[in-house]
Amino acid sequence: MADKGSCSDVLLRLTELCKSYDNESILKNVNLYIKDKAFVTLLGPSGCGKTTILRLIGGFESPDSGDIIFGDTRINDVPPHKREINTVFQRYALFPHLNVFENVAFGLRIKKLPEDEITQKVKKMLAMVDLKGYEKRPVSKLSGGQQQRVAIARALVNMPRLLLLDEPLGALDLKLRKDMQLELKNIQKQANITFLYVTHDQEEALTMSDVIVVMKSGTIQQIGTPEDIYNEPANAFVADFVGEANIVDGVMENDFSVTLCGAELKCVDKKPSDRNIVDVVVRPEDVEIVPAGEGFVDGVVESSLFKGVHYEMTVNVGGAIWLIHSTVSATVGDTIGMRVAPDNVHIMEKMYSSAINTFVCRIESADSENSLYGIKLEGCSYQFSSPLVFNEGDSVKLSIPAEAIEVVAADEGDFDAYLDSIIWKADHYELILEGDEGRFLTNKTNDEQAGTDVGLKLNVEKCIIEPCPESEGEDK
Amino acid sequence: MRSKKPFYPYTLWMAIFVIVPLAMVLWYSFTDNNNSFTLENFKYVGDNLSTYLDSLKIALISTVVCLVVAYPFSYIMCKCKVSTQRMLNTLVMLPMWMNFILRICAWVMILRPQGILDNLLGVLGFGNNTIYHSETAIIIGVVYNFLPFMILPIYTTMAKIDKSLIEAGEDLGCNGFKVLKKIIFPLSLPGVITGITMVFVPAASTIVIGERLGGYSLLGDVIDSYYKGPSVDMHIGSAMSLVLMIIILISIAVMNHFDNGEDLAVV
Repeated sequence: MADKGSCSDVLLRLTELCKSYDNESILKNVNLYIKDKAFVTLLGPSGCGKTTILRLIGGFESPDSGDIIFGDTRINDVPPHKREINTVFQRYALFPHLNVFENVAFGLRIKKLPEDEITQKVKKMLAMVDLKGYEKRPVSKLSGGQQQRVAIARALVNMPRLLLLDEPLGALDLKLRKDMQLELKNIQKQANITFLYVTHDQEEALTMSDVIVVMKSGTIQQIGTPEDIYNEPANAFVADFVGEANIVDGVMENDFSVTLCGAELKCVDKKPSDRNIVDVVVRPEDVEIVPAGEGFVDGVVESSLFKGVHYEMTVNVGGAIWLIHSTVSATVGDTIGMRVAPDNVHIMEKMYSSAINTFVCRIESADSENSLYGIKLEGCSYQFSSPLVFNEGDSVKLSIPAEAIEVVAADEGDFDAYLDSIIWKADHYELILEGDEGRFLTNKTNDEQAGTDVGLKLNVEKCIIEPCPESEGEDK
Repeated sequence: MRSKKPFYPYTLWMAIFVIVPLAMVLWYSFTDNNNSFTLENFKYVGDNLSTYLDSLKIALISTVVCLVVAYPFSYIMCKCKVSTQRMLNTLVMLPMWMNFILRICAWVMILRPQGILDNLLGVLGFGNNTIYHSETAIIIGVVYNFLPFMILPIYTTMAKIDKSLIEAGEDLGCNGFKVLKKIIFPLSLPGVITGITMVFVPAASTIVIGERLGGYSLLGDVIDSYYKGPSVDMHIGSAMSLVLMIIILISIAVMNHFDNGEDLAVV
């Protein structure tokens, strides 16, 4: 389900949808279509824009640009009460002044249906969500799971063509959540209504959905069936977010072969056209334990935990920690070999363009005697030294190696940047940061919160300035 | 169980400043100057029946006017930006920073013959001297004084209504008016009840406003006159306030019953 798809069974289509609050872009050109009767899940970390999409479809917000097409009609300006869409709200939003029956009957009463029809429909719906006999109860006296089912019944009884669910299981405990996942899926099948479900819980998404839409920072990362998303993640972010994964840096000199952890591993992917560094993703259950020397690389078992169905092991491969799920246990301290079948090696292009960490700048001041050149970057003035000679006003290419960037708390560095993504790469975190003038890549051994601002400090001694080829413009 | 100790000072306070005065009012009502039992004091209640009716009527009309003004005002206020809400809140409170008597005197200046409003009405052809020393003038004064006590509880309960409930209403097919009728009104009802109580009760026993703006004494003024001045008689004053108190208690009880009934009626 990409942005194409013109078949008649498409219920909802979002085209080039953009939305920002206070100049902060929440959705960036979202294109999505949803098939009729499908169970579609928007999956992503908090702040990725998934709830915003739901609110746009529900009509509680209007997009800055782009279209929301429902059936054949553009509904951008249609108020919520005129949309054939109902919502199950995150905190249920049940009416505290009404009892269970009246909460569920609310939409039908607004439509002025005859009393006996209302009674019949509400009773049927309450039976469906397993709340028979609760009609007269005040909603405040219900448990979380019961309130949640009233919320679903209240929305579903109107037989909308599309039901929006905003993390409806978020407030429930684990056991109840698991039960409700199955129940929701059954209800969707029974009612034969399109569900658009929002969650940050990847397991929930995998369990219930026909189609999963993975989002990050207001953009769609991948759209596919749960199997696709899990087995063929589109990039390191999806691999990291959905399920557990070993993500390591790899170098591809040739097609069908990648070098990682100092060893060569066969794969089924071709080398990317523009450069040879890639992300390599291997699921923990795809690593086979073999005697030392027989795999593509050897490692030392650092820990082994019995998890019921499998053992969860961490293996140290030259400093990089690999996670392995295997039904065969290995003794802690032993050296083992690791084998991965070529089609379980997922090669992914890096999530950033090759232009990352390079900036085209102008020399603001030149002190050729001391070989110091002043350059302004992200609103800060730096003095870079260079063996080359430049004049004031020259255009130069500034390269900042990852190790020249230090991440500190917001407001404590030279300047602040937005932490767009952080991914564990077996022995370090890879951070991608967005500044005003470009993007930065750096590595770090401890965690940071993605989606927040952090401070960056530059080590000017490690940066390189070179003459800039005239023709090349600034590459974003 | 939590310790009850922190409540002792409060209990003591209640005993000294609520229970004891109430008991004294009760005692004075049923005794004469010789401290012997009598029902004589209540004869004066009958003599002042028209004052009771006047006062209750004015209190009732003023409460209704306050409600009619305060409800839409609170509703609009809740739809404003937070900064505007804060400003409006301050504006509502602002008159209360001024002395009560001064506020009434200000209204005297506005309403009196040849005053600002009087002249304006004359120019517009409504004739002079129409409002001053009338029931309308008293109602204006009472509404002006007690409006904040209606606005604040209504605004507070309304502002507390979860925005997602309003969205849920819209989601289920309500337009703006139906959201107001089916969700906001029933949920703001406790604020309305509090507001009515907070306006009606003091309005029924208010003093000065009647004499200064209406030119005649309301119940508060009559009771007041029994506690000071030449005709001081605490026994009569107590009896009269006891009757007023009972009337108010009954009306509050009726209203609270109406509140509970309303809850079910909406269902």
